[in-house]
Amino acid sequence: MKTLQTKHPLAIRWFHWVNFPVLALMVWSGLKIYRAYDVYRIGFGSWTLFRFDKEFLSHLGITQGLAVGMAWHFLFGWIFAINGALYVGYLTVSGAWRQILPNRSSLKEAWQVVLHDLRIRKEPLPKAKFNGAQKIAYTGVVLLGFIALASGLAIYKPVQLAFLLFVFGGYQGARFVHFWVCMLFVLFFVVHIVQVARAGWNNFRSMITGREIVIEEQPNV
Amino acid sequence: MSDDQDFRRKPLTDPEVEIRRLSRRGFLWSGVSIAAGYAGYRLLNGAPKQGGLPVPFRKALEWNEAVWSSLQSEMLPAPTFPIEQAREPKVNGGLGMSDAFDPSAWTLRVEGLRGLSSPLHLSMEDIRVLPFTRICTEFKCVEGWSQIVSWGGVKLSDFMRKFALTGESNRYVYLETPDAGYYVGIDIKTALHPQTLLAYEMNLQPLAVEHGGPLRLITALKYGYKSLKRIGLLRFCDERPRDYWAENQYDFYAGH
Repeated sequence: MKTLQTKHPLAIRWFHWVNFPVLALMVWSGLKIYRAYDVYRIGFGSWTLFRFDKEFLSHLGITQGLAVGMAWHFLFGWIFAINGALYVGYLTVSGAWRQILPNRSSLKEAWQVVLHDLRIRKEPLPKAKFNGAQKIAYTGVVLLGFIALASGLAIYKPVQLAFLLFVFGGYQGARFVHFWVCMLFVLFFVVHIVQVARAGWNNFRSMITGREIVIEEQPNV
Repeated sequence: MSDDQDFRRKPLTDPEVEIRRLSRRGFLWSGVSIAAGYAGYRLLNGAPKQGGLPVPFRKALEWNEAVWSSLQSEMLPAPTFPIEQAREPKVNGGLGMSDAFDPSAWTLRVEGLRGLSSPLHLSMEDIRVLPFTRICTEFKCVEGWSQIVSWGGVKLSDFMRKFALTGESNRYVYLETPDAGYYVGIDIKTALHPQTLLAYEMNLQPLAVEHGGPLRLITALKYGYKSLKRIGLLRFCDERPRDYWAENQYDFYAGH
């Protein structure tokens, strides 16, 4: 029997859809800022696999514009921080944090999810709102947001927030952390899009309407 | 989108019909939101410009300045480093550094300082006799690079105390290169900060011309673009003075 069940509360949907364009603007403006001093790369010692340099960023449409990048970053940073704080506040008060906080079995389950998604493991995944991989990802991305904010503030106010700068290993340390947090956000986004596409329409629609259609077996009387 | 009905127990309508109704509503909302977002983007980018930046962004920078400067009543010192860690910073940009410059003929013109009746013209000898201060701080360029550098010279606050005859201070300081090609304004709190120097020594050596010799500003509390090289004019004023980078999309405050 098909039933309509509540999946995502209105508040969560708001936080999600406000965050999406705001985070996109933060990544875009942030890369414009990093473009002015394009030192980050994937490599080790003298061996370099890939450089996030001006040339690469230009291919992505990240054009020169340090001042414009800063102007957007320091305006939308407020919305990113406030929306994130409200989200964490909501998770705390509503108890919804229990649904995304990983537990002892999450890591093992996440590995099973990976094997399942790569079609290596055939057994169906356990039925739950969020599987182990999702729990780790969704808690991880909240943590990532927190590190993004803290390292960003350390770069932004290195004298007033000198203690934060110290935590991240100085000015260049904070810049390094902030950059790679940004890259992890991008990685999260890519995996998220692929998984949402794989999960199908019913799942995607639930992030907009809040409900999803669930096929329930008739109970044996 | 009321959550008060429990669809699980007793479906009031066909779930497929219900979800289609909810979807229509949801996607209509999405469409309106996307349109509103795009309109907002156009409005932000198309707003009249102030200092090269659309007004809402300029206002946001000023709002940030108000928030962050109110969070500290007394300005904290920037972290300092052992002098052994000091290295030569990159020479960046040639604004105001025109080739035709004779350091031996250089003088500093000082105007507008409360208690000062007529402009001063000072030589390096006049400045060298003032109390000497050395700081070793991290010089941070707005581009993103940074370098620990040691600077020696006279605190701007000591300089002001020497020449001002009243205790009342102006609200801003304006600095300009001799060719007026580069100019900077700083607030008086920054000017009076103990880590704001008129510097003539860098890493224990006389300040080289390419680093702003004979005399440059150094403030450890702002991006490097505020630390004007080759000061020709030092003017004290009460209105926010013009500022090269603040006229070209950057933040006037640039405070750390």
